[in-house]
Amino acid sequence: MAEERTLPPVTQVGMVSLALIVAGGIYLASHLPSEVPLAPAIILLALSALLLAGNLLALSRVEGFHWGRFFAVAKWALLAYVVIAGLIEYAFVRNDVTGGTLVVLTLSLVIFAVHVPLMIGFTVARYD
Amino acid sequence: MADVAAPTVSVPSEVPPGAPSERPDFQVVPLKGLPIVGVILILLVAAIAAGKLWPLIFLHVAFGAAWTIVDLFMGFVIGPILGRMSVPARIELTTKLMPKMVLIMPTVVSVTLAAGWQLGVEMGTVDSSYYHHGLLVASYIVVGVMAVIALGLLEPANIAVLTELKKPSPNPAVIEKLMKRFIYTSGIIGAMQIATLVIMTRIAAG
Repeated sequence: MAEERTLPPVTQVGMVSLALIVAGGIYLASHLPSEVPLAPAIILLALSALLLAGNLLALSRVEGFHWGRFFAVAKWALLAYVVIAGLIEYAFVRNDVTGGTLVVLTLSLVIFAVHVPLMIGFTVARYD
Repeated sequence: MADVAAPTVSVPSEVPPGAPSERPDFQVVPLKGLPIVGVILILLVAAIAAGKLWPLIFLHVAFGAAWTIVDLFMGFVIGPILGRMSVPARIELTTKLMPKMVLIMPTVVSVTLAAGWQLGVEMGTVDSSYYHHGLLVASYIVVGVMAVIALGLLEPANIAVLTELKKPSPNPAVIEKLMKRFIYTSGIIGAMQIATLVIMTRIAAG
């Protein structure tokens, strides 16, 4: 009989978190160049950040998780996604995005750059 | 809600005894390709900084075409073929094809989207007053859904398959499960690329 272990739904939660920041980005982008209330985007961002925090917490409580494998993969994925996020951030600054909109978009990129490597590292390490 | 990890012991499979030792050596991320990626990203930053239409159109169209074609080809041609191959043959194709995809897809997607957005800014097509604004927003939604599927399911599965195959004794059940995920998500993304083609050609037609 194969040994099985229960793991938190990191991938599912991560995808919902990404979907929330994508929805926030689409909301802001679809109203350009008009000034729009930031509240909907901030709510989506906050929910996404909560899911990221929940994922990190849930994963940290998994007993016997192969953290060595997780970090071996996640650190390089993090480097790659920080580069991609930096590129997107440059495009925002280049196009004179400022103020609250820039803050919301930058924080969304931070969640993107952390959550994707987390999901990649989790998917690899869960099978060790 | 919790999901359950695959069994941690090997299961009977089509893999013949000794097959793991016959696997070709490979790098999960082909290091030789990184300088090419670096050059492409520098060209992208230069095109955005210059704000000239031609480089942006070139990057958006060339890389967008590559993105669409690769997704359609993977989803509707390679995916079904892969699903019907024997496990050893699938492993050989995977170790040769998937490391390249690890570099190609993030690069192609990043260049297409960044150049496309900057092009829209320069041409004014991202403004909400643009007469095809509804189609543009539809394209954001399609791309957003594709991004979530690709980032959350497809890419982790790709990396995990390759990492599993690097092990001295890969678990066939894990490879099978992850390859199924890869094939199904490739099909879904391929289907969504058809929507992208419809939207983009409609916008281009004016």
